Amino acid sequence: MPCACRGDALDILYLLIPFSALLVLAILAVFAWAVRGGQFDDLEREGERILEVPFDVGQPTPDAAPEQS
Amino acid sequence: MAARSASGNEPAYSDDPVRWFALAAVLWGVVGMLVGVVIASQLAWPELNFGIPWLSYGRLRPLHTNAVIFAFGGCALFATSYHVVQRTCQTRLFAPWLANFTFWGWQLVIVLAAVTLPLGFTQGKEYAELEWPIDLLIAVVWVAYAVVFFGTVGIRKVRHIYVANWFFGAFILAVAMLHIVNSAVMPVSLTKSYSAYAGVQDAMVQWWYGHNAVGFFLTAGFLGMMYYYIPKQAERPVYSYRLSIVHFWALIFTYMWAGPHHLHYTALPDWAQSVGMVFSLVLLAPSWGGMINGVMTLSGAWHKLRDDPILKFLIVSLSFYGMSTFEGPMMSIKTVNALSHYTDWTVGHVHSGALGWVGLVSMGCLYHLIPRMYGRTEMFSKRAIELHFWIATIGIVLYIAAMWIAGVMQGLMWRAVNADGTLVYSFVESVKASYPFYVVRLLGGLLYLTGMLVMAWNVVMTVRSGQPRPVAIPPLRAAHA
Repeated sequence: MPCACRGDALDILYLLIPFSALLVLAILAVFAWAVRGGQFDDLEREGERILEVPFDVGQPTPDAAPEQS
Repeated sequence: MAARSASGNEPAYSDDPVRWFALAAVLWGVVGMLVGVVIASQLAWPELNFGIPWLSYGRLRPLHTNAVIFAFGGCALFATSYHVVQRTCQTRLFAPWLANFTFWGWQLVIVLAAVTLPLGFTQGKEYAELEWPIDLLIAVVWVAYAVVFFGTVGIRKVRHIYVANWFFGAFILAVAMLHIVNSAVMPVSLTKSYSAYAGVQDAMVQWWYGHNAVGFFLTAGFLGMMYYYIPKQAERPVYSYRLSIVHFWALIFTYMWAGPHHLHYTALPDWAQSVGMVFSLVLLAPSWGGMINGVMTLSGAWHKLRDDPILKFLIVSLSFYGMSTFEGPMMSIKTVNALSHYTDWTVGHVHSGALGWVGLVSMGCLYHLIPRMYGRTEMFSKRAIELHFWIATIGIVLYIAAMWIAGVMQGLMWRAVNADGTLVYSFVESVKASYPFYVVRLLGGLLYLTGMLVMAWNVVMTVRSGQPRPVAIPPLRAAHA
């Protein structure tokens, strides 16, 4: 059935698809930055780092500070 | 408010916003789940609407979803992301005053939602109901959140950006973009506006938003929590750090395209529906990779699961994540969707993700975080955590089993036709048949709320017996590889 509105049936996809494609390119750019910047050079080591540093875990605060004044 | 450690010499983490958001998450959790129990009762016994417009199901339901997603889940995300980004970057927050602003701004958004939704002010878009002035406030708070988070990453002392921060960062950016695009409206008054899009276009934008809200707000952000707090609580590095990186990139590349599965068999073109379905199926792979990675972190130390109720919360939450990320792609298959859509199966699926994954992982992380924010190593009562875990888990099982049965039953009743082509059942007969399952669902919800009340008591006791002491940033020596 001919329809006057046929041409603009789903115009929104002309916005959403290029938008999503641009987004993928942006994600790729960030990924490239991360790879080149050496973010993923020593991965297994990085997984352990959060456990090595004492942070604030398991200790009440005053003990974590070197000395009480 | 320049935070200093107890010695007065060492710089300390900016934990005030972490503390406030963590406590707010518990408070809003109780409120949001209470409203959920109220509307579950209304579905079983409609008399409970009392004929009062602002207590009617149609107005309280968006209040429930906004409260649990954006108030409970949102505050949990703010608290944990501010905590994790400081600890893993070994630096205090960038612009702590701006972080304090995000706290008060976000609480204002929540209060405004709690006032306007029962009064009936709504944009009528699921999970994006709030009217345009509140949407503007959300945008301002969210930009401030992004500045604080990425600013903190920018001033990090550790060169490597820990995987949890990637998930939090993607969540913050994606939600900003989704919110701005989907909330584009033409205001006609302070409390009324019309969407910038019309008809099926509006539906497509709405579900592009809706699905990615699930993908980035309710998944990516909480995966960020998972990748920090499970290793910390288990005192073991994540099973495969390499896999966690693959998980992140695979997930964000595929999530954006899955939205059309919410619009199967609608005016949306067939090919767009099929694209949505295919990408939903692809999503199974990264989701399960992440789930297995999290669970296998306990590999070789399974006994910890027996003794540590917080790990029970975290690991069982991942099991529900695995379940719902299997169920979701399955329901996105068009032939399955023909049965499941518009039934309570969808409600069951959402709640296996919401109660099982998002709820349990948040609770587990808060149980880890809150005592440490108050100078303690453990919550006031470990047995209360154990009790909470079992009450909540039984509640979830009752809830989703009831909705599965009710949903499949409704789907089968609606499509049943006699030999002459007439419908076997009227709609109201399927409603009547759902009644017992609505009562079981209410029971499940009541149990889940009870567990949350146990948690609230435990948190109050922990805070009362602890002190919010500043935590010194450890010396950098440890950070160099």
